[in-house]
Amino acid sequence: MAEARPDPDELLHHVKAEEARARRGRLRIFFGATAGVGKTYAMLEAARGARAAGTDLVLGYIEPHGRIDTERLMQGIEALPTLPVKYGGIVRQEFDLDAALARRAAVLVVDELAHSNLSGGDPPPRHPKRWQDIEELLESGIDVWTTVNVQHLESLNDVVAQISGVRQRETLPDRIFDEADEVELIDLPPDDLLARLKAGKIYIADDARAAADRFFRRGNLLALRELALRRMTDRIESAAQAARGDEAAHTALARDRVLVATGPDPQSEQVIRAGKRLADALEAAWTVVYVETPALRRLSDSERDRRVTLLKLAESLGAETVTLDGPSAVDALLEYAETRRATRVVLGAPKRSGWRGLLRPSTATELARRAQSFDVITIAPTEAQSSREERARLSRAAAVAPPLRWRRYFAALAISAICSAVAALMDPYLELSNLVMVYLLGVTAAGLWFGRGPSVLAAVLNVAAFDFFFVPPRFTFAVGDVQYLVTFAVMLTIALTIATLVASVRQQTRVAGARERRTAMLYAMSRELAATRGSSSMAGIAVKHVAEVFQCTAVVLLPDVNGKLHHPVDPAITGSYRGSDVAVAQWVLEHGRRAGFGSDTLPATPALYLPLGDAARRLGVLAVLPQNQRRVTLPEQLHLLETFAGQIGLALERENLAMQAESARVAAQGESLRNTLLASISHDLRTPLSVMAGAGSTLATHGDRLDAATRQSLAASIESRAREMSELVSNVLDLTRFEAGVPILRRDWESVDDLAAVALQRLEQRLVGHPIELRMPSDLPPVYVDASLVVQVFTNLLDNVAKYTPARTQVGIGAWPEDHAVRVWVEDSGPGLPAGDPARLFDKFQRGDGEGSIAGVGLGLAICRVIVQAHGGEIRASARAGGGARFEFTLPAVERPA
Amino acid sequence: MTQAMHQIVVVEDEPGIRDVLRVLLHAANYRVVEAESAARGEVEARAHKPDLLLVDLGLPDRDGTELIRRVRAWSAVPIIVLSARTAEEQKIAALDAGADDYVTKPFAAAELLARVRAALRRNATGAATSSLVRFGSVSVDLARREVRGGDTGVHLTPLEFRVLENLARHPGTIVKQEALIREVWGPAQVGDTRSLRVCIRNLRNKLEPDPARPRFIVTEAGVGYRLRMDDAATEDS
Repeated sequence: MAEARPDPDELLHHVKAEEARARRGRLRIFFGATAGVGKTYAMLEAARGARAAGTDLVLGYIEPHGRIDTERLMQGIEALPTLPVKYGGIVRQEFDLDAALARRAAVLVVDELAHSNLSGGDPPPRHPKRWQDIEELLESGIDVWTTVNVQHLESLNDVVAQISGVRQRETLPDRIFDEADEVELIDLPPDDLLARLKAGKIYIADDARAAADRFFRRGNLLALRELALRRMTDRIESAAQAARGDEAAHTALARDRVLVATGPDPQSEQVIRAGKRLADALEAAWTVVYVETPALRRLSDSERDRRVTLLKLAESLGAETVTLDGPSAVDALLEYAETRRATRVVLGAPKRSGWRGLLRPSTATELARRAQSFDVITIAPTEAQSSREERARLSRAAAVAPPLRWRRYFAALAISAICSAVAALMDPYLELSNLVMVYLLGVTAAGLWFGRGPSVLAAVLNVAAFDFFFVPPRFTFAVGDVQYLVTFAVMLTIALTIATLVASVRQQTRVAGARERRTAMLYAMSRELAATRGSSSMAGIAVKHVAEVFQCTAVVLLPDVNGKLHHPVDPAITGSYRGSDVAVAQWVLEHGRRAGFGSDTLPATPALYLPLGDAARRLGVLAVLPQNQRRVTLPEQLHLLETFAGQIGLALERENLAMQAESARVAAQGESLRNTLLASISHDLRTPLSVMAGAGSTLATHGDRLDAATRQSLAASIESRAREMSELVSNVLDLTRFEAGVPILRRDWESVDDLAAVALQRLEQRLVGHPIELRMPSDLPPVYVDASLVVQVFTNLLDNVAKYTPARTQVGIGAWPEDHAVRVWVEDSGPGLPAGDPARLFDKFQRGDGEGSIAGVGLGLAICRVIVQAHGGEIRASARAGGGARFEFTLPAVERPA
Repeated sequence: MTQAMHQIVVVEDEPGIRDVLRVLLHAANYRVVEAESAARGEVEARAHKPDLLLVDLGLPDRDGTELIRRVRAWSAVPIIVLSARTAEEQKIAALDAGADDYVTKPFAAAELLARVRAALRRNATGAATSSLVRFGSVSVDLARREVRGGDTGVHLTPLEFRVLENLARHPGTIVKQEALIREVWGPAQVGDTRSLRVCIRNLRNKLEPDPARPRFIVTEAGVGYRLRMDDAATEDS
């Protein structure tokens, strides 16, 4: 029962895939065994039918070939204009992808799915292959009808080549064919086809006539037809299986995993294709593994470039690709196969034979011996290929060996000479057996410093030198005593062993070192990114590191609120790549796929564009313009670059989340602020309002019965309460204005005494009972302030005095010049400040006594602080010496306060 | 009241405030004509040729400053702005449009009546260009350039006298600091108020009974100065 219950993850995946499919356009392929079976004709007939049924169908591109039948069918169907592309001095008409995307037809008909776009043309194509164009059309939701021949299918490429003797260059990843929503087989028996060919009904370019004659043979056609039919049956079968319920297929997927091990040898392509066929037959997931051993690292760069090609081929066939690092291919493969639970491992057949095979078993043999949980399948090389290409490869490798190597061999020669010199010095005092040690030491040194080859050379030279210089008879290679032959043999064996061991240790150290450096570089960037806030500074750091590590210029393009990418506005830093193509970057951002050289999209572009962030959250684009493209196209470099991009994406994502959290926090804070404000204001508004309403209604209803003095006092209390409310309202308004940002200051030169006088005048009524003492030196410098705001500060401070001190409390206002500033104080000899931190008085909604009868929301001092700080000054509260409270603040006496 | 009653046009859209103003001004023996919009205000001003205009800035059909500008095109009638707008820019804009004074809402009755009196007096004396201005115990003879505090002469520097003269020519109304500087120091000095501040402080020291709490030479923060002829607190009632 447990098996019957679907795995929720699996279900989710399934649902998501379904959704994606629903948004995507549908692909219909008219499939044939060879050219000439009538695919295009059938497609156009179907197109006419669809048009008649009212479908918005448009012809995107049809190979004209000058066939009257085809042209007749095309008449009356809307066709997109073709795109003239200059190529090698001539103009060719090509499919116009942008026009097709802009037209947004319901169905678009594009001939020849396997067509290669003119990569050297002007304008350069967006994708090298037409199937990629069609992918983009499908992604944007447009249905596409197209045609393809069986010989173009990537996995059948070598089979077709064997049958027909012609290798197709235009290939199509099987994935496209397999994932097509509908495939229609257009079948024509070979005899009919040959008849059509004779009748001239099949278009063949003049220069290809000879090849075509070879191709269109009855045997070939039969074989190709069978291949096409079989491919079609496979498809139908898997569709039927899917219809029966995906369960079986899914368990099959879980059960089998095919691992294809490849290396730089020419057989690899064949092994990959064989792996694909096996995986298809088993309906298994498959992975192509490239093991890079120290030995392979020594290969020339062009040899290592082959890995790029191989892994690309594997990916186009639908494989997952992995590069493994390790001292031994067998160990790395075993470990990987076990962790991934591979059931079959496919690799090339052992090439070593005879005694070498016995002495050092090949990877395949060794793997088969140690395999426990999987089968090992070896693929035999085709005879001609193995010997001829092997030789070519070896000679090529020799030709490109870097000159640096020779210096190392000379160094090994020198070591040998030094060993002999040292041995000669020791010779009078020590026995011959001890001299052997000197030579062995030399070999060890050579291995340590110069690698395997030079140390082997040193080993051989040392044995020879030892024989020549020290073994009697001296200065000849002749050996007097036969027992020395044993010495030589043992010495040579030990020396070679040391050479190999030391060299391998050295190599592993180098690999480990390289890996460590990579990790360190990544770590350096991650650490710096982690310590940074703000997307644009993060982008700067990312650029700095990427530019340094990959020797390139780079830029991180970030989208604005509308999702449009822009170059950063701040000045360019070192390594910044400001010439990047924003249009390409935009494409990358929208499609979440990389573009530029080394990718499938716009490979002619000089820079590489990588998306940052995942499909759900596209955070930006990293554009990289390397000084040397090879440095970035090497798979490990590309992986490293992707890892960097991943880290940058993570950092940007973190920043985004932090910003969201921050705005949520601010919103929450604002919410609570509003609540406090509302509670506070409602109290402070209701009190005066009830006084006013009460006094007003008393006057209105009983005014005539009251004596003049009572009426007067009621009216006066209405007025004073109204004033209170007015002040409260303006305080709230002021604070709201200041909260929106730093207040804009209308500064001017003002004298402090003048401003204090204005405030005193404003509060004249309220301060009637308070004796006021002003202490301002007559030479007080003017201050550069916003007059009305500073008056507000005085007013609020004096208002507090009026509120919180009893009548007849002495009030002092004074000022004192300081450096470039004037210090002002307002003090009273009242009850003093409430207990607690005086600085908290300046927080909003703080007031002298909790919920008293004194009006005010506790905003007065908060406003004072905002104003003083906006002027670049500071304000603080303290206890007055001798009792009471003292408030001090500074105002700038210069135009540009420090 | 030997003189005919002064007539005042109140342009104010808020009926509550119109009511208060009508009661207050009637009580102070003024005739009141009410208008609830700028357009109506202009019509009433043309029709009644009032002695004073009280104008609110936030009117439903047009801004009050616009009304002031239009009235100024044909009349020198004193105009007092009565508005809830408190920012200096807004005050200055209204003064620039031609208003003589500015009272912010909420206003105190005594303050408003004092301003009204000052404006009316200026209008009565302004045309005759009376050369004698009195405030407190100080009398300023503009023609003879003589200032007396009580019975003794007060010595003013030429700059101080010119500042005082500029204030005294528009008694009771706000004189913008920019205008003062332009008149006294010349257009090049506009923007630097330091000399003006010093000059005002000196004037207060020489003329005010309590220079720290001036009663006559009053600061309108951020806008300018006003020479208060009658002290509202003492003369009112």
